[in-house]
Amino acid sequence: MLSKVAERVYWTARYIERVENTARLVKIYASLLLDMPKDVNLGWYNLVVLNSVETQFNERYKNRDERNVVKFILGDQNNPISVVSSLQLVRENIRTTRDVVPSESWEVVNELSLFVSENLNQGINRKERHEFLDGIIRGCQQLNGLLYGTMNHDAAWDFMRLGRNLERADMTTRILDAGASAVSTLSDDEAAVNARQIIWGNVLRSLDADQSYRRVLRKPVRGRDVACYLLEDPQYPRTIKHCLVAIADSTEKLPSADVVVNLLESIGRKVFKKVDYDNLGSEFRDYLNDLQIKLGNIHEKISENWFNG
Amino acid sequence: MTIDWGNYAASDFYDELMSSPGNARKPARSLVSHLRSLSDEEIEQRRIAADSTVKEMGVTFTVYTEGGNIDRAWPFDIIPRVISKKHWDLTAKGLKQRLHALNLFIDDLYYDQSIIKDGIIPRYILEQSKNFRPECVGISPRFGVWAHICGTDLVRDKDGEFYVLEDNLRVPSGVAYMLENRAITKRVLADVYEKVYIEPIDDYPAKLFDTLAALSPRKQKEPVIVVLTPGIYNSAYFEHAYLAQQMGAELVEGSDLIVQSDDCVYMKTISGLERVDVIYRRIDDLFLDPEVFNPDSALGVRGLIRAWRAGNVALANAPGAGVADDKVVYAFVPQIIKYYLDEDPIVNNVETYLCFDDKQREYVLANLEKLVIKPANESGGYGMLIGPQSTKKERSEFAELIKANPRNYIAQPTLALSTAPTLVENNQLEPRHLDLRPFILQSDKTYVTTGGLTRVAMKRGSLVVNSSQGGGSKDTWIVDTEMKL
Repeated sequence: MLSKVAERVYWTARYIERVENTARLVKIYASLLLDMPKDVNLGWYNLVVLNSVETQFNERYKNRDERNVVKFILGDQNNPISVVSSLQLVRENIRTTRDVVPSESWEVVNELSLFVSENLNQGINRKERHEFLDGIIRGCQQLNGLLYGTMNHDAAWDFMRLGRNLERADMTTRILDAGASAVSTLSDDEAAVNARQIIWGNVLRSLDADQSYRRVLRKPVRGRDVACYLLEDPQYPRTIKHCLVAIADSTEKLPSADVVVNLLESIGRKVFKKVDYDNLGSEFRDYLNDLQIKLGNIHEKISENWFNG
Repeated sequence: MTIDWGNYAASDFYDELMSSPGNARKPARSLVSHLRSLSDEEIEQRRIAADSTVKEMGVTFTVYTEGGNIDRAWPFDIIPRVISKKHWDLTAKGLKQRLHALNLFIDDLYYDQSIIKDGIIPRYILEQSKNFRPECVGISPRFGVWAHICGTDLVRDKDGEFYVLEDNLRVPSGVAYMLENRAITKRVLADVYEKVYIEPIDDYPAKLFDTLAALSPRKQKEPVIVVLTPGIYNSAYFEHAYLAQQMGAELVEGSDLIVQSDDCVYMKTISGLERVDVIYRRIDDLFLDPEVFNPDSALGVRGLIRAWRAGNVALANAPGAGVADDKVVYAFVPQIIKYYLDEDPIVNNVETYLCFDDKQREYVLANLEKLVIKPANESGGYGMLIGPQSTKKERSEFAELIKANPRNYIAQPTLALSTAPTLVENNQLEPRHLDLRPFILQSDKTYVTTGGLTRVAMKRGSLVVNSSQGGGSKDTWIVDTEMKL
């Protein structure tokens, strides 16, 4: 398999994942804002901070209101992580790897791109946003389903799996960070107890993990349990543990993988050792930040090892 | 109100479907009677279905001048063009004959040039050819074949006969669109298939694979074949990717390949370097190898020609094959066929005047308003003068161009290009001019596509069918009228 094709397939998976996660995030955020007590000031701008694209946003907009944020996150081509930009990249990458991905994936991604560009206004206006976001999520799932159902489990498959799981893990750290940051804005009173539960519940829901959390833990939603579950549960496909295992598994199947395997082993040995789940304040947020950097290191190693041919 | 076929008039031209208003030609009868049974709404639905199929299948071509938006949806007309199998079989035979002769000609030019020594072709043609590559002299590609993939442009004149308008022997494109056109038609006109047997066309990728595989320098069961593309910004990128995928070949860019000190070509893979046997290159000669040709080319591969010359890799088409893809050489093809095969051409040339010849030039300059003037080495319909549609100023400009560089120009009478009914605004049916580009393959065997790519000039009266200049396309049906269903 060509190094360049491997790289493109890897990015295809990352961008599909990013599109889906971004749509999910906007969807959940809207519902979170509705549920928060009136005196809690979360604001839409948090979505921008969460994705680390403050600079790009502030270059383009003055007003940090809902309309601008949603427009920026969904439809702005100048925002490198917007749904429209990511989808464009999925399309370019599939277009240039059509010889290794199932041919229908090209049609599906075209349909999805058309759907998004034709209905973008629906997403920006609150009234029909839900349907629009669901349309995007469904499109991504259709694409992933198609790949699951018809793609060869060859090297391309493993590069896709690497991309998907790295992106997924990254998003999970960001959503946990969003939760921790929202909780830190609460004042320490009676209302905060309720608000905390709403926030952590939304964190779970934005990863579609609420159902499995309840089934596995048989506990009400509490910050420490949510954090531990999303980091360490081996079974739910969006937890850090699960993603790291999947990454390691695919890595071992690829040729000349030693350096990457070694890095993954050294990260895997101690990644959850120092987390203090009873204290989800600034130290926890630093930990998440550090985890994001580690995921970045994994990406760099993969890139160095296989893509620079 | 349904389409008014009785009023459809292509008066002055040969129409592909209709012999007179209301009367379809024999191979097109089932199609026309089916289309007649459709209401306006049904026609409209099918047109819309075709448009959205084109978009969903992502059938695009790229236009250089449009800045940001480089992809354009492929313009497609749902009404197929129909040719009888009997007529096509003979034409296909003529196309094989032609490519066979042209390959003997190219091989001769790079070997001992007997056709020039024997006085059949004047030496100046070779000396002033832009596409003759002295670097290729003395090389003998497998089977003596240089042009493995040829896209020949055919037109049908008033008499209903096919004529060759030009031979494209360098990197002809369009075959993927031919295949996609059929895929679209199968979706939107599926019901016609019950009434008429349309010869399938989808064996092309397999035949292309066989043609290329036969060129492999290594005797191994599964040679490594790659399609070398200039990249995503090339107008035919869609096709490069499509063909690679259909053949199960690797789609590569120059930067994916490397020539090692053993003069073999390798591609960079996730498990290291892998040797390449056959390169179907879709990059022009001069960009192939900065070591031999254009030193600034970033598209090619350093050392590629060295590897090819050493016989360690096959290139299709071979560099230098374009020497026969010259409109002046074209004028000599009947003599070329006679010289190498001792046969008469089965498919004829369009009458051609060579501006290099004093007498013929005199005629051309005196009759510019009646003729089409073409530069010898351009493609894509650029740099042409269409006499009857030209202004006085354009004609005098061309007269100067011709006088300054007579070798570079040929002239042909304005053809009465055939027409076919085409859907225009409001689902009206109007005649539009069209041509046909079949693809011919040659290595150890020869193959011709069943029909080819029909290109349509979508503007009323226009004769320019190139997609880069507003042309569209139609599916092409070869129909066996003698077969009982």
